[in-house]
Amino acid sequence: MSNTAVLPVVIPVAIPVREVLPWLLFGFVMMLALYFVGAEEGATSLIPGMYIHEFVHDGRHLLGFPCH
Amino acid sequence: MVRSLLIRGMLAGFLAGLLVFGVARILGEPPVDRAIAFEERLMKAAHPGHEHQDEPELVSRDTQRGIGLFTGVVVYATAFGGLFALVFAFAYGRIGKLSPRATSALLAAATFVALVVVPDIKYPPNPPAVGAPDTIGDRTALFVGMIVVSIAAMMIALAAGRRLLPQLGLWNASLAGGGVFLLLVIAAQLLLPAVDEVPEQFPAAVLWQFRIASIGIEAVLWATIGLAFGPLAEAVLRRGQRGQWSHQRA
Ligand SMILES: [Zn+2]
Repeated sequence: MSNTAVLPVVIPVAIPVREVLPWLLFGFVMMLALYFVGAEEGATSLIPGMYIHEFVHDGRHLLGFPCH
Repeated sequence: MVRSLLIRGMLAGFLAGLLVFGVARILGEPPVDRAIAFEERLMKAAHPGHEHQDEPELVSRDTQRGIGLFTGVVVYATAFGGLFALVFAFAYGRIGKLSPRATSALLAAATFVALVVVPDIKYPPNPPAVGAPDTIGDRTALFVGMIVVSIAAMMIALAAGRRLLPQLGLWNASLAGGGVFLLLVIAAQLLLPAVDEVPEQFPAAVLWQFRIASIGIEAVLWATIGLAFGPLAEAVLRRGQRGQWSHQRA
């Protein structure tokens, strides 16, 4: 058992912005993933065909994206 | 530190995605199936001669409602979990002296309002058979535009609230910020064009069930991310602070 009495309370200290900025690149990757679920082969298309659209079709509708 | 937060955000998102898949399967698929049945009836009524030559499906319905739905919601949830962690990394320690858990919960609630409630009021989610195929570009642009406006309104409201904090105190400054958000969002919703492409004969009950399921899915997603990420982030931040602490106590 760990001694909870010495567990320090976390004091909210902001993370310096310059530490966060490089990770925004991953934010871009996340957005790309969202794009493939939400809009690829619908509003616009990077990959020809309709396979991705049809594959994620139910999710696209239920997650609120315009489809069809 | 940010790397650890990002990984935990994606983990919380993945977990939320599993729950969301269950909800989507149980609540979401029945109205989707009914909407597709309606679509087929319409097609048959329009082309009475073609009843026996259904075109082959690219992806079967079983795949769509199984692994396809699973992939879609889990990728969506994991990606949003990661984005949420990045926003958290910016917000933590900057919106009052809130604990990691409180920051995470508050941020998720705000995200749900900005990303789901506001855009869905103007451009509600639609089941199959609703929507003209040739307007998909416009509808997608309006939907994304509404989300951008909504997020911008949230940030303006936050800035306004912070500005008024010294004069008004926390309660009234929060109310004022909320008022600014509402005003901006209402103005945008009045200015943006309406989209109504529900076919005349489409069953109202199915539309209602579908939309409730869709909003319920998002509610489960953001509640899970907000509540699961908090404790995970707290562990990361506590570890990061331990060094400083031993310093202070020495
Ligand atoms: Zn569709």
